[in-house]
Amino acid sequence: MLKFVAGRLLQGILVLLAIYAVTFFLVAATPGSPFSSERAIRPEILAQIEAFYGYDKPVFERFMTSLGNALSGEFGPSAVYANRSVTDIIAESFPVSLKLGALSLLLAMALGIPAGIIAAVKRNTWLDYVPMSAAMVGICLPTFVMGPMLALVFGIILKLLPVAGWFGPEFWILPAATLGLVYAAYFARLTRGGMLEMLNQDWVRTARAKGVKETTIIWRHCLKGGLMPAVTFLGPALAGIISGSFVVETIFQVPGLGQWFVRGALNRDDFLILGLTVLFATLIVIMNLLVDIVQVALNPRLKYE
Amino acid sequence: MSDISQTATLQGKPQPDPAGPAVAAMLEELEEGSSLWKDAWARLRKNKLALTSLFLFILIVLFCVVGPFLSPYDSQAQDLFVGAEGPSAAHWFGTDTLGRDLLVRVMEGGRISLLVGLVATTVSLMIGVIFGAVAGYMGGRVDAAMMRFVDLLYALPFTIFVILLMVAFGRSLWLMFVAIGCVEWLTMARIVRSGVIGLKKQEFVEAAVSLGYSHTRIILRHLIPNVLGPVIVISTLTVPAVMLLEAFLSFLGLGVQPPFASWGVLINEGQQNMEIFPWLLIFPAFFFALTLFCLNFLGDGLRDALDPKSAKD
Amino acid sequence: MALLEVEDLATHFHTREGTVRAVDGVSFSIDKGETLGIVGESGSGKSVTCYSLMRLIPEPPGRIERGVARFDGQDLLQMGKSDLRHIRGDRISMIFQDPMTSLNPYLRISTQLIEAQQTHRDIDNKAALFKAIEGLEEVGIPDASNRVKSYPHEFSGGMRQRVMIAMALINEPDLLIADEPTTALDVTVQAQILDIIKQRQERLGTAVILVTHDLGVVAGNCDKVNVMYAGQIVESGSAEQVFYEAKHAYTRSLQKTIPSLQEKGQELYTIPGLPPDLTKTINGCAFHPRCPFPKTGAAETGRPTLKDVGDGHCFADCGYCDSSGSIEDVLAKGDTDDIQLPGEGVEA
Repeated sequence: MLKFVAGRLLQGILVLLAIYAVTFFLVAATPGSPFSSERAIRPEILAQIEAFYGYDKPVFERFMTSLGNALSGEFGPSAVYANRSVTDIIAESFPVSLKLGALSLLLAMALGIPAGIIAAVKRNTWLDYVPMSAAMVGICLPTFVMGPMLALVFGIILKLLPVAGWFGPEFWILPAATLGLVYAAYFARLTRGGMLEMLNQDWVRTARAKGVKETTIIWRHCLKGGLMPAVTFLGPALAGIISGSFVVETIFQVPGLGQWFVRGALNRDDFLILGLTVLFATLIVIMNLLVDIVQVALNPRLKYE
Repeated sequence: MSDISQTATLQGKPQPDPAGPAVAAMLEELEEGSSLWKDAWARLRKNKLALTSLFLFILIVLFCVVGPFLSPYDSQAQDLFVGAEGPSAAHWFGTDTLGRDLLVRVMEGGRISLLVGLVATTVSLMIGVIFGAVAGYMGGRVDAAMMRFVDLLYALPFTIFVILLMVAFGRSLWLMFVAIGCVEWLTMARIVRSGVIGLKKQEFVEAAVSLGYSHTRIILRHLIPNVLGPVIVISTLTVPAVMLLEAFLSFLGLGVQPPFASWGVLINEGQQNMEIFPWLLIFPAFFFALTLFCLNFLGDGLRDALDPKSAKD
Repeated sequence: MALLEVEDLATHFHTREGTVRAVDGVSFSIDKGETLGIVGESGSGKSVTCYSLMRLIPEPPGRIERGVARFDGQDLLQMGKSDLRHIRGDRISMIFQDPMTSLNPYLRISTQLIEAQQTHRDIDNKAALFKAIEGLEEVGIPDASNRVKSYPHEFSGGMRQRVMIAMALINEPDLLIADEPTTALDVTVQAQILDIIKQRQERLGTAVILVTHDLGVVAGNCDKVNVMYAGQIVESGSAEQVFYEAKHAYTRSLQKTIPSLQEKGQELYTIPGLPPDLTKTINGCAFHPRCPFPKTGAAETGRPTLKDVGDGHCFADCGYCDSSGSIEDVLAKGDTDDIQLPGEGVEA
């Protein structure tokens, strides 16, 4: 088990290095530099600025310096927002994004997994049809449609909830719901599928032949295996929630990392993009590592691989 | 039931076919396809939801492709005196803040969204099918390495990469097709690979190998046509995924650029003004969501029709 | 009084392609400690019969249409869900065909064996674990006290089937239903498994219903035999009667397919044709289209019923079954050309 975790950890680190390199060279290959804006700057001043940020050195040297800095947790200054370092921006906005992301993911699981279990157990009844139709709607409605719609209904028409800002729990509800509902739908469908597969297994028939109660069959015999697809989906769900947060933070004016990332991308803020990409990738790699470990813990057959 | 399967059941196990001219004839027949498609069509016809979706989708396509020719308005023509006005007899969907007719803009936006869906899916289809078929056909270490690569990519924040690609290479429409196609091929590769692995063990492939056909011919003429069912299903489901990604990028201002507008751009514009001019949000959002619904239901229906084993639990 | 009496059991499956009459009017009985064999091809309804008794038929599409299954005076088919649960695993238990999938891969063997006991008895974990180890030792699992903590995938197929047997017998049931317990196993293991069932049965006085498609298995292990074809019993009696004095053309054809009973160098015999389509009404003997005996006359309406021909030996005589002739002679005459293909002889 320890060997397995160590192996996956090493793999995760390699993946992160690869992502860092790809992102760096992708950004470096972009024509122009972050400082060549519409305003005409005198060439010698531009050269000075570029030298200050290290842009006069060869690409590979820049890469090594930047990687070294990144390893010590320093992502450099924001190229566009002068006198703010990327680390500052992360320190300020990450807690907001973390809260939003965690709330959404919890909401998605708390809503989706029980709905999926119930739908599978009560297959072909209204307890199956109603939540699964709702899930289909949830999957088809992207965040940038769902968000404005929820804002329109609950914020503007019913005036129940605030639609912009991040000043207290009532401000969290709409953004978290927008992000979470889509993934609740995915979790519900995956859990239903997983549970149905388990319920159709031969060993469930064995358990019934033993006289085991249906509730025990569900909890003891089916849940571990039935949750597998949902567990596997946690990685993609986190990735989706991160990219979804770009949209949701824009719609509801949440001061999180997503907004910074979009602005960084639009303004060609190299250091900011690089820093945030690495942060997002690290989160996802950690999540995938956790998923791998949980999978092995749930399924005894995987232990010996 | 065909004669081949009957003799197989009779003997209790499928018999290896003797190689020879008969096999070659059989292979030709297999290459041309079978009654599978007729069965699938019959099953699809019974699925009301999928049929309705198909019908609605065709209507939407016609609406977007033919619609602009029938409209008296030009999608770019601004009328600042009119400004944003609600739906009226002259402008059925109302006008936007620049006084442009929203109906035409929704139709032309649909053209771009659908075009992205089609082209990017084709790109992802080609990458996915070839990658999956090669991995499945080669097997062994090559397969293991190739699929590990896919696993790794699955675990990556690929929307972020699309954003980076868009930033790095400018925001052209064609680049977006390729960028989206490049990240949406993973599922396709997996499905094709597992299909090919299943087929590889069957006699007609062994027969083709024994007749000395080249790898390329076996992959292209024997394996890929036989995984066409799942490929069609995944393609149908990739189109909405791709359109979603395009709209996502456009919504963030990283996708389609003015003067073009896709549904994602229109939804973004509508969202900014939804308190005062809600119709600017509602119409494009409605058409976008409806299209996604149709394609998803159609994909599910096709899955049930083409792959009855995995159908309806 | 018989331990289990089944009368006119019928189980149908309602599918999109039509109603499959998988079991269509089956009656038999079994006494305490007795072994009853049920033989037939796949699709003959033998497994469905057993699952119906345990009410393990997936519903829908399956449905028990009619019949009575009196177990110790109570009708299993009418019983409430919770009463039924107290019988399952405690008084009637079951072994399945495929040991690879019949044990839960997510749970330790110990958990599954303890669960079997605690479902029906008030027994603490320690005592139950002790009994579980004892049970595993009795079915011949070496090092049982350590291996009880293993997961199913750490056992071979034969070992898993032993675990299944130990689990099925741990509550000392009155009746054990074994649905093709050896089909999925290696030939070398098959005999061992049957031996273990037999040993345990003798010790515990359990009655056994042994479902198999292998006549050889039946001959060595059963007191009574039912031969099933197309959802009905076509011949029944003591093992000797069915084996040595087989009357029905189907039973005799089946015997003919046992390789060890055929002369060396002779081509292996297979019954031509396919079993009938059970969604269609069958007129006359269901085996008629595949019957090697010369056929005359048209199919009658309805299927022939079981008739006693002495000493409890019954068979469904259609009248055309030339029961006195030898099947070898018939086959030697090469009179099998007129064998109809499936579907032709069976009119809707």
